[in-house]
Amino acid sequence: MSDYKDFLARQVMLGKMNRREFLGRAAALGIAVSTANTLFASSAAAQEPKRGGHLKLGLEGAAATDSRDPAKALSQFMFVVGRNWGDMLVESHPTTGEPVPALAESWEPSADAATWTFTIRKGVKFHDGKELTIDDVIKTLQRHTDEKSESGALGVMKSIKEIKADGDKLVLMLTEGNADLPLLLTDYHLIIQPNGGTDNPDAMIGTGPYKVASFEPGVRATFERNADDWRTDRGYVDSVELIAMNDATARIAALSSGQVHFINRVDPKTVNLLKKAPTVEILNTSGRGHYVFIMHCNTAPFDNNDLRMALKYAMDRETLVQRILGGYGKVGNDFPINDTYALFPEGIEQRVYDPDKAAFHYKKSGHSGPVLLRTSDVAFPGAVDAAVLYQASAKKAGIEIEVKREPGDGYWSNVWNVQPFSTSYWGGRPTQDQMYSTAYLSTADWNDTRFKRPDFDKILLEARSELDEAKRKDMYRTMAMMVRDEGGLILPMFNDFVNAAGKTVKGYVHDIGNDMSNGYVATRVWLDA
Amino acid sequence: MAGRLMMESGPITGPVVTDATAGETALRSPDLSGVPAKPDPAADELGGTFWRRFAFRRPLAALILQRLGLSVGLLFAVSLMIFGGIEALPGDFATTYLGQSATPQAVENIRKDLGLDRPWSERYLSWLGGAVQGDFGTSWASRNSVSEQIGNRLGNSLFLAFFAAIISVPLAVGLGMLAVQFRNRLPDKIINVISLAAISLPEFFIGYLLIMFFAVKWGVATFPATVYDSMGFTERLSAIALPVATLVLVVLAHMMRMTRAAILNVMSSAYVETAELKGLGTFRIIARHAAPNAVAPVINVVALNLAYLVVGVVVVEVVFVYPGMGQYMVDAVTVRDMPVVQACGLIFAAFYIFLNMAADILAILANPRLRHPR
Repeated sequence: MSDYKDFLARQVMLGKMNRREFLGRAAALGIAVSTANTLFASSAAAQEPKRGGHLKLGLEGAAATDSRDPAKALSQFMFVVGRNWGDMLVESHPTTGEPVPALAESWEPSADAATWTFTIRKGVKFHDGKELTIDDVIKTLQRHTDEKSESGALGVMKSIKEIKADGDKLVLMLTEGNADLPLLLTDYHLIIQPNGGTDNPDAMIGTGPYKVASFEPGVRATFERNADDWRTDRGYVDSVELIAMNDATARIAALSSGQVHFINRVDPKTVNLLKKAPTVEILNTSGRGHYVFIMHCNTAPFDNNDLRMALKYAMDRETLVQRILGGYGKVGNDFPINDTYALFPEGIEQRVYDPDKAAFHYKKSGHSGPVLLRTSDVAFPGAVDAAVLYQASAKKAGIEIEVKREPGDGYWSNVWNVQPFSTSYWGGRPTQDQMYSTAYLSTADWNDTRFKRPDFDKILLEARSELDEAKRKDMYRTMAMMVRDEGGLILPMFNDFVNAAGKTVKGYVHDIGNDMSNGYVATRVWLDA
Repeated sequence: MAGRLMMESGPITGPVVTDATAGETALRSPDLSGVPAKPDPAADELGGTFWRRFAFRRPLAALILQRLGLSVGLLFAVSLMIFGGIEALPGDFATTYLGQSATPQAVENIRKDLGLDRPWSERYLSWLGGAVQGDFGTSWASRNSVSEQIGNRLGNSLFLAFFAAIISVPLAVGLGMLAVQFRNRLPDKIINVISLAAISLPEFFIGYLLIMFFAVKWGVATFPATVYDSMGFTERLSAIALPVATLVLVVLAHMMRMTRAAILNVMSSAYVETAELKGLGTFRIIARHAAPNAVAPVINVVALNLAYLVVGVVVVEVVFVYPGMGQYMVDAVTVRDMPVVQACGLIFAAFYIFLNMAADILAILANPRLRHPR
């Protein structure tokens, strides 16, 4: 019962529940109205952020090879580091995923969505005291769109044809219309740096809520609060310390002994043990990342849609979510989009485990003999176990799957996107368009299912420049159905981001954008001593 | 072992010898092409006798010279092996570093920028040229100076190894002697059981146990053991308490059991019997008569364990979140950051070679009979 009380209090803190509703639910629990009133008051008071304190985070994903240059940031650790010191032009809304203003105050597309005009915020200062100008913005975007750039955002930015200033406004001209352009600018590589970071990309000077105090790659990063921050609704603590902890057990030990306030990447296998610690709270957020089994649509025997359907029906998704994710995730429906995306196509029937249908399609496909599935635990945590579970559920439908365990080293170069049937994962993308363009467009670099359909490409390109939301939603629905029923993707589950924090950490925002409150964890939480 | 190596590796010092006697041929390392399989009597008279006389008069200096020459050769071989090993690994730096988010364009840019399109022999030689001058180049991934970063990490590793060594070596030797004194009695058995238990548990498990009790349950020890530049000395000491304890437990048994076995071996010899008949006490016999003669094998096992404390503690570093060399090298291997892997590999090899050399020299100092092997 006290769990439920905590839950109610939390809902109030998050602003998800008003007083009337709270009192009603509390009464159902048998709590007297006066007690409930105090409870509501204290919970509501707790949502007032407190300032001050030293926040320590133990994070997985740092390496001695990490680069200070945001263009080359790749690890989870550097993702959070960048969010602490820098700002993008646009941010995404934590619960709806829509673009919201950051360093760009507002924006306006042309009718064909191929030209965008951004108004840049005034009076923002970089950490070195220099004022943000439109020139800094232009140089930053130019650095990331340069063909010779090693920027991780190069793929996102390549549709930008021209970047120029129109008075004090920024104008971006695209090679083709793109209704999602503002969301593309939320990419974590695109931190606005003084002079675009062209003179010193490694300086870590930005406009973010914290200034970098020290940085030792693969070890530790420390930050101090930026007193001149242009926003007041973030950066609540005086100083932040990020400690690299690549060992899962070390992270859990550090959190349960109170040495850090927050850890990321809690292993689903140990999450139930960690839950028992009285000072710890598990923070799980549904995300866009998904674990997949990919078949090459153009390679025998997977060039036969009946065989692909048979293999789709032969997978027991519920069991995989329970056993592989420990319940921290959602069942997938064989297309790479879930309801955390804006314009998610609702009402598509959930595909379930059906040995009879699987057997029917298998027979119709005319295939016989074992199907070879290659896997490795680097594909996603528990991939080998998942493959074996799949083998068992397929056997009941009369389909024999041979599981081959490949070495983790070199899996991404030798197996994934090379072999016809393998396991893999995808992180989320800010928009549906980007997800489909990265992996399902015929000409996509990473078309790992070899899904090549001119009709699909046509709808995708049309949807990209369509500014009418209803029409666009319809197009995304058609595309989802095509991938679901004819593609080479088996998508059993979307994994939650599972983090954990001490109970003194307040104000954690469950951001659907990405892990660790979309990287903003240190800028959004405060410490309640 | 030391003796055999010394004799076989004679020709290695060829250049040194001819330098003194044969003028300009010296620089062309004639021993590889010019020296016939059977020793030439003339050469024997000129160079060979000089070397033999030198080796006879200054056996230690000769040994050190020979081992140094051998070490340099070994280091070259090691560098070639590391280079070949990484070359043979699947995947290269550009694709591995960018991972799944790589676009062919970005991959191509990185490859060109780093000169990965050049043949491997060319890349190896240019790297070697820098390394000989002490310049290990810049890390491909972070673009920082490798030498600078290694200086930092190596310092951390040595700090940890030093404290583990000054605790474990005297403790191991002392416990070994104690075990001999109480041979087959209760203290000997207790020491044996505990050390066997410690050696049988994997080091990460010992680490986790220590963390669970000292950091999580009782809250008396510092965890994680992350050290950084601005940290004070006492703070550092308290940070490394748990990893040092783990390392001591891991290496203790090995050294202790070797000490015990070596002393027991000597205890059965005639002069120990004489000492016993003279009526000396057990401890005095062990300390004054047996231990000095058992020192050679003990030194060897101590050297091996010291080398392990520097280069073999990756797991302990990971568990305790300690920024040492091992962790640095693992990070680099993961993304195929060649300059860093090479530099770490060479430094590790140099440690092993140096400690083995030191062990041989110390063993010879302790036992003069080894100076003139037959």
